[in-house]
Formats: sequence, structure tokens, C-alpha cells
Amino acid sequence: FSLCNLVFLVFFGFLYSCIFFLQYISSVLGHSFVYYIFLTVLPFSVKSPLVMFTKESPASLRQEIRGSASCLCSDHEFDMADIFYFCRSGVESIVDDEVTKRFSAQELESWNLLTRSNYNFHHINMRLTLLWGLGLLTRYGILLPLRVTLAVTGISLFLFFTTLVGFLPNAALRSYLSEKVHMMGYRMCVSSLTAIITYHNRENKPKNGAICVANHTTPIDVIILASDRCYSLVGQMHRGLLGMIQSGMVKSSPHIWFDRSEVKDRHLVAKRLSDHVADKTKQPILIFPEGTCINNTSVMMFKKGSFEIGCTIYPVAIKYDPRFGDAFWNSSKCGLVWYLLSMMSSWAIVCSVWYLPPMDREEGEDAVQFANRVKATIAAQGGLVDLIWDGGLKRSKVNDAFKEELQKLYSKVLVGDHEDESERMEI
Amino acid sequence: MGSSSSSRNKIPNAQELMDQTGFSSAHLLRLYDRFECLDRDNRGYLSPDDFEAVGGLAMNPIGGRIIDAFFSSGQDTVDFSSFVRILAHFRPTDRNRNKEGTQQELPNSRTRKLKFAFQLYDLDRDGKISREELLQVLRAMLGLQVTEEQLQSIAERAIQEADLDKDDAISFDEFKKSLEKVDIDTKMSIGFLK
Repeated sequence: FSLCNLVFLVFFGFLYSCIFFLQYISSVLGHSFVYYIFLTVLPFSVKSPLVMFTKESPASLRQEIRGSASCLCSDHEFDMADIFYFCRSGVESIVDDEVTKRFSAQELESWNLLTRSNYNFHHINMRLTLLWGLGLLTRYGILLPLRVTLAVTGISLFLFFTTLVGFLPNAALRSYLSEKVHMMGYRMCVSSLTAIITYHNRENKPKNGAICVANHTTPIDVIILASDRCYSLVGQMHRGLLGMIQSGMVKSSPHIWFDRSEVKDRHLVAKRLSDHVADKTKQPILIFPEGTCINNTSVMMFKKGSFEIGCTIYPVAIKYDPRFGDAFWNSSKCGLVWYLLSMMSSWAIVCSVWYLPPMDREEGEDAVQFANRVKATIAAQGGLVDLIWDGGLKRSKVNDAFKEELQKLYSKVLVGDHEDESERMEI
Repeated sequence: MGSSSSSRNKIPNAQELMDQTGFSSAHLLRLYDRFECLDRDNRGYLSPDDFEAVGGLAMNPIGGRIIDAFFSSGQDTVDFSSFVRILAHFRPTDRNRNKEGTQQELPNSRTRKLKFAFQLYDLDRDGKISREELLQVLRAMLGLQVTEEQLQSIAERAIQEADLDKDDAISFDEFKKSLEKVDIDTKMSIGFLK
């Protein structure tokens, strides 16, 4: 047992105990401290003077344009006033619409002492400013440095160990150890963000050879789910730090990373997914069918790709509590590193994860209907609004099919009735 | 940094805007948030594609015309005060104004609302809605759902009813007259609640 080995061992032991110490501190801080602050501070906080716009209960186009004339025989002639309906509904959507507001952070009812969540809250008194200042000191002086250290150590250790495990010749030992290493990595990341996670219904945890789908709010969703059990991740191969992490992960466990060019090829993607799923020894695949981050007040359209494969789906609902720190990543407002730093300087990330019972595609149900059914279950569990809109609207425009629907409706009001009339006259 | 004394400070000419449009400061703040939300690239002004990104507007048959109404003076950007001034047209008319107090006409008066709607028809801004302009609007609202003859007959009927001086076009006064009995306030107002 040479001196070199001894030094190595001691050093390692020291490092590891430091980690555990930090982890302990952060979890202590995470639990009692945060809740205590909020119990005392929230009553003093400011209520937001939210100004809401009413959406007139959607009077149908027909009702509005025909007016209250209920007798069916008077069919409606075109009136110059008809344009008002379209004009008003157009301007209403400029002022507030269901979709655009899902792509920016949710507004809070009372202020949680973070400047970034300060929308309409007005300065009230010295006491609040003092509390805010104290909060600032704590967050940036104590919490942030601790968390950053933890994160950096965690990721380096993770990379180190996965590479090490990747060298092992024995496959069984390798997969066992890699699972342990991955869990360690995720748990460290979770505690570096002081994420306080409550898992519900653990008996429904996804099993091997299936696909797990969840609603997407932040890049952290992955870490939150993966600290409870190991998943195979699917995604695009990135460059830089993230790319390095991705290659590290793949060495010891079967993740599915695609090149930029392969992403476009839907058949290739589907094939790789179904191959993975068919192998019952492989971990379940984790997929976020929305395709983009939504602000956790709603669930948007699920892309049908993962529902076409035909295996069991385990839905998972993730709901964040925005009072402790808003986890939504608005990729147009800030980059990943800035986002992570702002996560680490919030109070905490508090979320609930519900594992829902597995679902299979039923007879006569196509992929889209199945996807909608799963989406509705997730939305119901998480208390989120179920929307049909595509999350891709964040970056692209609505297609013209919707416009045609409105045109059809209006033409029925004007002209469709004429057809009925002429038929009646013929008789 | 810190809880700023009033976020109203970030809105230029807030008091002036409030006087001219009749919005309260809470409403103005809310609209400013919305303006910032629509202004995805944080440029401080809006361009036509920021409007087109709004789903409800993109699927509206006359969405393009509504967008044009914001860019009426030939510019291709809309700053916050123009944004608010246009939206002020859609405030519900204040019922209990005392008549003597008002010096200037607020944007949400009946006439101004009608003028806004008139502009949606009158594309070339010549003060008259010609037959061709009416046909264009009808085409937009109905798309391919009706035949050209039906469109022509609808336009014909509408012009005959409204055109009083028989110049084959509808002026603003004729437009106003034909809509005398219509409750403009309800149809052209958006409910702003506190």
C-alpha cells in the first residue's frame, strides 16, 4: 500500500466529506430557513394591483353579428357594422391572448422579495426595503457561493466518475455503477439549486422499456426527474460544456443523442426510439413532447412523434411553486448560464412531481388523440390550463388553416342562410 | 435597484398619456407590460412582425388591416405612446362625464371609434369607401367561401343602402348615418376591469 495511494485516498476522502458537509448545509438551509422566511415575510409583502382585461364571454360570431334577432326567417344581410366583430376580437388579442403570455414568467400575487419578480409592486415602506436588502445579502452572500461550489464540484465529480466507469470491462458492473454515479450527479445538482422536490405516487414510477412524458418548463426538469430514477435522455448533441457533459453521460449509459442533421429525419428518430424501447433492460426514455419551455401555467400541444411508437406511456406532471423562485427559462431573454445563476440566487426551487398511472393507446385511437388524452391527464393533475396551441408559436407564426375557419363561419352567417332560403322556396 | 418608487417612471410621458387617453395609471402599467411582452427583441418599439406573432391576430381575416391601423402614418415602427393611443379607441365610453368639463375629445368617443372602423375599410385613406375597397374587405372576411358573384351582390346592396349622395362611394358621414342605430360602444369596446 504505497504512499501515493494513501495520499490519493486521503485527498479523496477529504473532498468527499467536504461535499457531504456542503450538501448537508444546503439542505438545512433549503428546508427550514426558506420556509421560515416566508412564513414571516409574506404577510408583509405587497399585493399586486393586477389589472385584468375581461374577455367578453366568447359570444359566437353568429350571435354577435346577427344581434338578438332570434327569428330565423330574417336572414342577415351584410352590414357595415359586421367588421366590428373582427376588429374587436383582433384588438383583444393584441391586448391579451392565451398563448403569448405563456412564454413569459408567471406573475405573482404578492411579492417574494426578488427584484426580478417585481412587476407592478410599488414601494411601500422602509420595512419592506430593509427586508429586501437582507434577503439580497443572504441570497448573494451565502446561498449563491455555496450553491455554485456545490454545482461545480458535483459536475466535475460526475464527469470524472462516469469516464472512470466507462472503462470498466464488465457490462453488468458497469451499468450498476453508472446508475449509482448518475444518481449521485443528479442529486448533487438538485441540492446545488436547493430544489425541494415532493414526489407523489411513487408506485407509478416509470419502468424499463417504456417512455416517460412530462410537461416542460425549464432545463432543470430533467435533473428533477432523474434524481429519483435513471432515464435515458433524448436530445440534440450540443457543443461546449453541455456537449462535454453529454459525451460523458453516454460513455456509461445508453442515452440517445442526435446530430443536428439527424434530427430532421423523423423515421430515423422513431427507429432509434423504438429500438431502445424494445430492449427491456434499458432505462425508460424521457421525452418532453411540447418541444419547448412553457411557463408552467399551461400545457401546450404535444407533438405526436413519441406517441406513435406504440409502447406504454408514463405521464408525469411537474408543477413549480413560483413564490420561492421562478424556474421558467425564457430563452429569448437570457442564456443558459445567466438562467442557472439566477436559479441559484433565488430562494429555492420548490416543486411537486406527480407520477401518473401508465397509459396505452386504445383501439381506434390515433396518435394525436392519444397525445391529447395524455396531455389532459397531465394538465388535470398539475392544475394547469390545457391548451391546443403549439408551443412552436413561441418562434413561428400561426398557420392559415385557423383563418379559414373564421372565414367559413362568417360566410355561413351571411350566405349559408340564403341557400337554405332558396331550398325552401323551391319546395 | 430595489422596489422602485413607481414603475410609472419607466413609461415616458405617463401623465400626458393618461390625460389624453383616459387610461388610469394601473391600466397604463398593464399595457406597458404587454408592450414589453410583444416586443420580443427588446428594441423599445414594435414592428409588424411583432404583431403577426400574436396568434389571435394572425388568424383574424382582417388581421393585416388592424396591424396597418397601428402603422398609419407611414412609419414602420410603433412606440409605446402610439400603441396606447390606438388602444385608447377601445376603452368603453365613460357614461358619467359631466358635459362641461371635457375640453378635448377623448379617443374613445363614438365618433373616434367609428373613424377607426372607417379606416379599416378605407385603405387608401381618401375619405371614401369605394366599391373596390368594399369588395376587398369582403374578400378578406369571406375568403374562398363565397363566389365572386355573391361578393359583388353583397357589395352592391351595401353601397346602395348606405350611399345617400349617389356618388358610388361611402363617405364618413354616410358611414356614420348608416350605423346610427348600432350600439358602437358595446361592439367596439374591450372590457378593462380593475
